[in-house]
Amino acid sequence: MDDISDASRRHQTLHLLNRLAFGPRPGDVERVNALGPDKYIREQLHPESIPIPPNLTSRIDDFRTLTMSPVALFAEYERPIRDAAKSARAQADGNIELRDATRDARMHARIVMREAVEARLMRAIYGTRQLQEVMTAFWFNHFNVFAGKGLDSVWTGSFEEEAIRPHTMGKFRTLLGATARHPAMLFYLDNWLNTAPGSPGARGRFEGINENYARELMELHTLGVNGGYSQQDVIALAHILTGWGIPRPRDENESSESMPPVEGQRQRLMRRMRRRARQFEPADPSGFYFDSQRHDFSAKTFLNHGIPGGGAAQVEQALDILALHPSTASHLSFQLAQYFVADDPPEPLVTKMAQKYLATGGDIRAVLETMFLSAEFRDPANYGAKFKTPYEYVISSARATGVTINNYRPLYGTMQLLGMPTYGCLTPNGYASTQDAWLNPDSMMIRLSFATAIGSGRLPLDHQPDDDEANGGPPVVTKNPNRKIKLLMNDDSDRPGRQRMTPPDPNTVAAALGGYFSKSTTDAISAAPAQLSTALLLGSPDFMKR
Amino acid sequence: MDPIDERDLAKIINCADCSPQRKETLSRRAFIRRTALLSASGIVLLSPHAWAARTLAGSKRRVIVVFLRGAVDGLNVVIPHGESAYYDARPTIAIERASANGGAIDLDGYFALHPALAPLHDAWRDRTLAFVHACGSPDPTRSHFDAQDFMESGTPGVKSTQDGWLNRTLASMPGAHPPTEALSLGPTVPRILKGAQPVANLPLGRAAERPMPLDRPVIDQAFDRLYTGNDALSRVYREGRDSRRRLMNELDKDMTEANAGAPSPKGFSEDTSRMAQLMRSDATIRVGFMALGGWDTHINQGASNGQLANHLRPLANGLVNLQHALGPAYQETVIIVVSEFGRMVHENGNGGTDHGHGNVMWLMGGPVHGGKVYGNWPGLQTAKLYQERDLAVTTDFREPITAVLKTHMRLTDAQIERVFPGLPAPSGNVSGVVTA
Repeated sequence: MDDISDASRRHQTLHLLNRLAFGPRPGDVERVNALGPDKYIREQLHPESIPIPPNLTSRIDDFRTLTMSPVALFAEYERPIRDAAKSARAQADGNIELRDATRDARMHARIVMREAVEARLMRAIYGTRQLQEVMTAFWFNHFNVFAGKGLDSVWTGSFEEEAIRPHTMGKFRTLLGATARHPAMLFYLDNWLNTAPGSPGARGRFEGINENYARELMELHTLGVNGGYSQQDVIALAHILTGWGIPRPRDENESSESMPPVEGQRQRLMRRMRRRARQFEPADPSGFYFDSQRHDFSAKTFLNHGIPGGGAAQVEQALDILALHPSTASHLSFQLAQYFVADDPPEPLVTKMAQKYLATGGDIRAVLETMFLSAEFRDPANYGAKFKTPYEYVISSARATGVTINNYRPLYGTMQLLGMPTYGCLTPNGYASTQDAWLNPDSMMIRLSFATAIGSGRLPLDHQPDDDEANGGPPVVTKNPNRKIKLLMNDDSDRPGRQRMTPPDPNTVAAALGGYFSKSTTDAISAAPAQLSTALLLGSPDFMKR
Repeated sequence: MDPIDERDLAKIINCADCSPQRKETLSRRAFIRRTALLSASGIVLLSPHAWAARTLAGSKRRVIVVFLRGAVDGLNVVIPHGESAYYDARPTIAIERASANGGAIDLDGYFALHPALAPLHDAWRDRTLAFVHACGSPDPTRSHFDAQDFMESGTPGVKSTQDGWLNRTLASMPGAHPPTEALSLGPTVPRILKGAQPVANLPLGRAAERPMPLDRPVIDQAFDRLYTGNDALSRVYREGRDSRRRLMNELDKDMTEANAGAPSPKGFSEDTSRMAQLMRSDATIRVGFMALGGWDTHINQGASNGQLANHLRPLANGLVNLQHALGPAYQETVIIVVSEFGRMVHENGNGGTDHGHGNVMWLMGGPVHGGKVYGNWPGLQTAKLYQERDLAVTTDFREPITAVLKTHMRLTDAQIERVFPGLPAPSGNVSGVVTA
């Protein structure tokens, strides 16, 4: 590395910090410069070798719900809502106290998502194992679940903590298997309902095939949409996945519903059963349960492989086939290269990564290393080639300014406004990482509002929110972006009592970013009032990209 | 964050340059006027009429697309109640036949409307509402993402298309292309409007009317200097800034005049009102887009009541609201309601429906020759189904849209070819659906 100039070396360092990390914090450029690019890459590929700052560990440890099992989360946060709602329903005259109890239970349960979101943001902003954080966000997005869907409001954090985070750089098969067994995924893509028609356990809403998970497992999680599977393969995989889910609701086991369906009566019956289906009483703390009573034990043909009759082993065999399929290798390599290199990743690089994937039995770390050491990744033409997603934009702003954050709401609220709420992607394909998905006039205006607000100290990020935190605070995952955040961001007033923070020092921010700004940006900053400098740095075209 | 009433905040936003006493009373309208004056030195605020004067005759013709994301169950929207196979396939979710006690609303003896869509029955009787049944994409995909992508790119089966067909439509329209020629309401610009032509975007709900720091001249000018180039970011920045100035100006005027103290509508109706009022007052807005979600009813879809009905009701109310708020402009507007594919004919084991194929498209507006269900109905007997499970597609979704673009928006055949390259020969199933 001695043959390149100091300036281009610093530029390369910034590139690494923009891709392997969520952008530099003050001091990072100097530290990585001293370490050298190869050592930094190796270090980040082995996150276990990097110490975590003790104060981050202690703050993460405070998030009690983060390490609770899905079953414990259900018992502590979901069960009280159902019990309260049940009592409220029993009192037909609409007892206000009981309705309040239901509302309180719901409010209380919000803490689960709040802790999940805050832990995610905290680690992304302060974590030293940055590539681990980038990969956690990447794989969560790849195996997206939506925290706004029913039970996933208490299980999404656990999904990331147990099924994603520990497996981000290991074998893809392990990661795939972990997501396939987590109740958050089984609930989100409906496989908990998937039942062999006519099986001994087929009853009520567990009556037939639901092919939702089977389809997405191939289209999104492994092979990719043009991965060479047919509708027959979707049906075969759906049958293989019958009975693969979460424990059957307790009341439905003792069913007496074998009367012939009568018009009207049947509808009442269905309603009653649906109510019962909301009960959930699992035995295994993981929340996973294979119900052989609802499984299709016949032999199947799947992707030209014969799968002999059997129970849950069929699923493991199907996952083996999917994980090591050449289409999976290409699909994952393309997505990684698109995220880390360029929106239209160079084909030779994708091919090289896919070959490495197949040669190593789907080793994610090996594929990442191949990519990071490639000429394509290190090509200066690709520096700053990726337009930041709203998540990356907000996180990198918080990192570059080095501000102390005790209040994460303005950060995840801004992501909501920009159309990218954390854990709030409805559709299983997750969020795109490409410029065409995120660059539009309206979001440009919102980004600049955010840059202005953070640059002027008008986002009270260092103030602990003092209101209803104990009750879970406002909803973290909502259908509509948080309007208060927008007001806060747009409020330029200096009314009495307004919380402010010390505006970040523009010189610190500029230094943190390695001093890499185009001439037009430096010119624009020198022409503007000094108090707008940080806003302009964060709002510059240079900082919009990574 | 202390709880402050949103109205109070709106009043005091951005008034650093006015005296403390006036901070509380200066209205947002006054603020906008002030902004306009202050920025006069830098950039002149465009008058809406400046653009209107430059556009060609017949240019008041408009089109609004409403996308129902998640695949609405068309068989329960326009119900083939003349067909027993429908009731056989859907023991718990079929909509009951029309009767004195409710049930489906008969349209033509064979098809009937979901009872939650009752507010639209007037438009049907006025013959400004038509349906095209068994309509959809020729591509077999049952993936939401691919199907939406194809329906928005306008090139089914071709994944490489970069822009959306509505953006290509903009490019084909005559005259100058102001940044507000197309207006999208939603969090981000959708695929259907992606492309070379600028598109104005407003968030949903009341957030559409809020001022931002960028509305302050000193900040706006500072950022202007950052984005002077011809690169994508600079262009997008300038589009955002220009359309923002224009829309804030219009919105401010419209909302105060049109509401006249009446309570504002909520949800989808609020957005359709805003769309209609902006279109009425600003003749440069000729293309509108909105999307509604919540149609992916795999579980507990319900019948006359329930999940689907609860989503159809606000949709119907919003469309009626759009019709009324457009006023005379309704006579020059075609509203197209589409969804990426239909749902399986047979209900699944969970009282819901899985992804299917053929669907129903809705067309509404003065130029629509309505009161008729168009299309070539293939029937629901197993032998007639697509892959023995779904309603077949007998009318390509591009065919009714082409009728709108050609007859109503006056696009030439060559322009249609650019909007929908490689469009197959028309089936003739929808001839006469739009009048010139």
